Amino acid sequence: MADAFTVDGVTLPSRLILGTGGAPSHAAAEAAIRASGTGLVTVALRRVDPTATGSILDVVDRCGVRLLPNTAGCFTAAQAIRTAHLAREAFGTDWVKLEVIGDERTLLPDAVELLAAAEKLVADGFTVWPYTNDDPILARRLADAGCAVVMPLGSPIGTGLGIRNPHNIALITEAATVPVVLDAGIGTASDAALAMELGCSAVLAASAITRAADPAVMAEAMRHAVHAGRLAYLAGRIPRRHHAEASTAFEGMGEL
Amino acid sequence: MNVTVNGGDREVAAGSTVADVVRQTSSAARGIAVALNGEVVPRADWSRRLSEADRVEILVASQGG
Repeated sequence: MADAFTVDGVTLPSRLILGTGGAPSHAAAEAAIRASGTGLVTVALRRVDPTATGSILDVVDRCGVRLLPNTAGCFTAAQAIRTAHLAREAFGTDWVKLEVIGDERTLLPDAVELLAAAEKLVADGFTVWPYTNDDPILARRLADAGCAVVMPLGSPIGTGLGIRNPHNIALITEAATVPVVLDAGIGTASDAALAMELGCSAVLAASAITRAADPAVMAEAMRHAVHAGRLAYLAGRIPRRHHAEASTAFEGMGEL
Repeated sequence: MNVTVNGGDREVAAGSTVADVVRQTSSAARGIAVALNGEVVPRADWSRRLSEADRVEILVASQGG
């Protein structure tokens, strides 16, 4: 496949990754997964809910997509490491989206705990997808620690504020030795397109899709946005100029 | 014998195993992970017998970003 997105030797069919959190129902999640064209969706591990009907795993199977278990809700490296091992037991995959957050108000990553957890999980044989701050130095440290990708945030989880510091995202992508996946903060399609234009290899969107008034239609919009942004990145945009530059030549104008 | 399952008190028969408690808690045949007193219990070890006051966490897949 030309311009393939490959992680850990696996070529994914799309540069859009879907987070299933926030979907109003399994049916809505399924419609969004299908409309998004994604090949990879995130799931969490939670206590058995006796009132639940059906499983998100059935949805994932029906859609034929891969699973990326997360460690959402973990505040310490120890907790996240244990959760990753439980996820490996439950789902039979070494892939893990590593989240270690610092507080409930911002849900921002705790850099110290995150790096410690990433190092341990890499040593334990996991393919680590760390959710990280938009910090180029931390992104480098995570890549150096052996993470398969780095996943900087555009803005805090669930805010839909888009990419607050595009310059930092560009600094991360231009120096990256592993794929950069923009994670968190996407609000609408143009945010996803911008992420790709900044050189990200993929975008992960959850709330922006699952909490949209029509999740399946937003999933389709994101699909096109990620594709358009990627093409624009590959095409090479024109430089920004202070003054106008005519696209029509003045030469050869008649004297009127 | 009294144990804690997913944060709730539960009385189980003496000699109950991890697998017994999993069966009583979830009908899911796959996608389940178990922690016993904070340590992961691989499926191959679910025949392990529980002791008084053990803490068992039984986790399954849920929607999450």
